[in-house]
Amino acid sequence: MNIKIIKPDGEFFDGNGNFLEFTAVTGRMGVYDNHIPLTTILEPCVVKIHHGEVVKKAAVLGGFIEIQKDRIIILAEDANWPEDIDVARANAAKERAQARLDKKESGTDLVRAEAALKRAMARISAAGK
Amino acid sequence: MATMREIKRRRGSIQSTQQITKAMKLVSTVKLQRARMRAENAKAYFQYMYQTITSILSKAGTVNHPYVQGNTSDRVGIVTVASNRGLAGGYNANIVRLITESGFEKEKVRLYTVGKKGADGLARKGYEIVSDSSHAIEEPTFHDAKELGERLLQDFANGEIGEIYVAYTEFKNTVSHIPKMVKLLPVEATEMNDGPITLMNFEPSEEEAISLLVPKYVTSILYGAFVEAVASENGARMQAMDSATNNAEEIMNDLELKYNRARQGAITQELTEIIAGAEAIG
Repeated sequence: MNIKIIKPDGEFFDGNGNFLEFTAVTGRMGVYDNHIPLTTILEPCVVKIHHGEVVKKAAVLGGFIEIQKDRIIILAEDANWPEDIDVARANAAKERAQARLDKKESGTDLVRAEAALKRAMARISAAGK
Repeated sequence: MATMREIKRRRGSIQSTQQITKAMKLVSTVKLQRARMRAENAKAYFQYMYQTITSILSKAGTVNHPYVQGNTSDRVGIVTVASNRGLAGGYNANIVRLITESGFEKEKVRLYTVGKKGADGLARKGYEIVSDSSHAIEEPTFHDAKELGERLLQDFANGEIGEIYVAYTEFKNTVSHIPKMVKLLPVEATEMNDGPITLMNFEPSEEEAISLLVPKYVTSILYGAFVEAVASENGARMQAMDSATNNAEEIMNDLELKYNRARQGAITQELTEIIAGAEAIG
């Protein structure tokens, strides 16, 4: 099946695969060929594209996925390959978000802090082994 | 008839103006190329985004959701995308005119302006501006669009505005830019006529999917409007500066003719005076 990952500043990935792993808001999912048509929302997560023995990993930071019988389109707000991720920066972002969440002061935007934390974790885990 | 000195001075001033317009034209040509590439790269994303949203809504037309049904407020929020700098021909004026001729009552319009020139023009006409994010148009980022989108959705949810439009300049090609007003919310389901519709499932439910998708849709339309507007702005400026340069060229030619005529006139006069003087003596 054809898999496309598109982000606002252009196409990120366009290629074939026979199995795709990602995390939707309802949980971790895997999709093979000939899946029923489905649209769902992505969490910031690591997307794994399996093509035969080759597995490609990418950090996809929010967006949604449209699954058709023979093609999958991911519209991502942002996406990075592991080699493009600055792990130190992601770690710093993770700590910042964690600190904001721990303080639980009134006025902190918890939703936003949590989203930032998820993004940082997705980046870190994509960059790791 | 103007004297030689006057004409010379005028020519000097026009020449330096021409140099400026020429330089500005070159700058905006380069900027246009970059902005155009960005707009083209972004296109794929918006097309899919638009398709997905419309296909969801065409299948979920009866969904009872504020983003689809709207609210009771009779005020309209309009995002105006203009530029921070002038000298771009009718670019900013067109956006202003689009709003004044939109048919909405002035008292019911709440503006969310992007671009200082457009904001100034509309404020002068007496429109109420509730927020200004002019910095976003310098170098549009997805993040800027997201912030503005969140603000809009919040006001929509609070019932401060009942409809959201975005007014921007569509970039058709280098010479053609079309001011355009697009309705963002409530989302209207457009007729889909591209073949058989495959049945789509949603996870979570359709209502939840709409709640999550619509903010993304608003953000991406705004971002798309930003990048297209930047391309249009530079295109408009390039054209304006090109015709200014040509115009200066024309005036220069005209002045050169006048200058030569004045010089010839002065020589003739001088000669007549000398001859007359010589005759008087002899």
